[in-house]
Amino acid sequence: MSEGPNRTERMLIEPKPVTMSKHTQMTNSKPIKIELVSDPMYLCGARELVSCIAHRVGFGDMECSKIALALDEALCNVIRHGYNKATDKPIWLTIYPQKPDDSTFGGIEIVIEDEAKQINPDTVIGRDLSDIKPGGLGVHIMREVMDEVVFEKREGLGMRLRMSKSAPRPDHAPRIGQRSSGSKHSQRQVS
Amino acid sequence: MAASDNDFVRTESPASGVSVLIPSEDIDMSRSPVLRTAIKGALKPGLERLVIDLSEVQYMDSSGLATLVEAMRIAKAQSIGLHLAGMTAKVRAIFEIARLDAFFSIKDTRQEALDA
Repeated sequence: MSEGPNRTERMLIEPKPVTMSKHTQMTNSKPIKIELVSDPMYLCGARELVSCIAHRVGFGDMECSKIALALDEALCNVIRHGYNKATDKPIWLTIYPQKPDDSTFGGIEIVIEDEAKQINPDTVIGRDLSDIKPGGLGVHIMREVMDEVVFEKREGLGMRLRMSKSAPRPDHAPRIGQRSSGSKHSQRQVS
Repeated sequence: MAASDNDFVRTESPASGVSVLIPSEDIDMSRSPVLRTAIKGALKPGLERLVIDLSEVQYMDSSGLATLVEAMRIAKAQSIGLHLAGMTAKVRAIFEIARLDAFFSIKDTRQEALDA
């Protein structure tokens, strides 16, 4: 297996701040950005992080779990398809929280960037669910859980995935620091 | 103490021809291969019923779903009854998102799965 870039090289190719989407332009909190390695054993930590932040911006327990699932599926796709299961490659995760306030219901935007092989974003589609077979569900799950899912090529190297979701109306959601078993919004039928 | 990735699936045999698998941790990409090995080990000739008790699983991703879809196909081919039991609401949600809740035999409790 070839050696990955050393720390100096890595600093040169770390993603620059991305142009924010319409959702992120509304952000009222500073984002958190972490670098992961492409080892599945760290998926649990990424899930916990995004779930905690989603709680803080107004999502109920069930929606937080689904957002963590969407992130997990996205990271798994990078590891499995982008890096061909190599466990030593970089993945950058940035989470933009939008706390609820007088003008918004809050929400979250997740940006995942990698150095994997680039693909045509138009070819990333979920499979037909009527064809029951193992695998291929990740993209469908991401699109089902999140309001917006956008794949794009990074400048020069790798791919970028943006996912965003608006929180339920404040009168249906726990406030910051308050946990609940779910909101009216979170109990919507998905099947 | 939490089980390691390699021993997070317990096996019980409550009756002849019946096996129960009990995963005790989240099932994600790092643990699905262990679950797949445990299921394939259980699906042996002579088995009539396999129950997978998910009551201790708080989280499952699509790799876990894929493992269970594969298990169901093998079980059907061998005329073994495969039942899932004890799902938490969060685990059940992923079956609904993937529209696989009707594909599996899902029971509320292990006993219901054993009696089905």
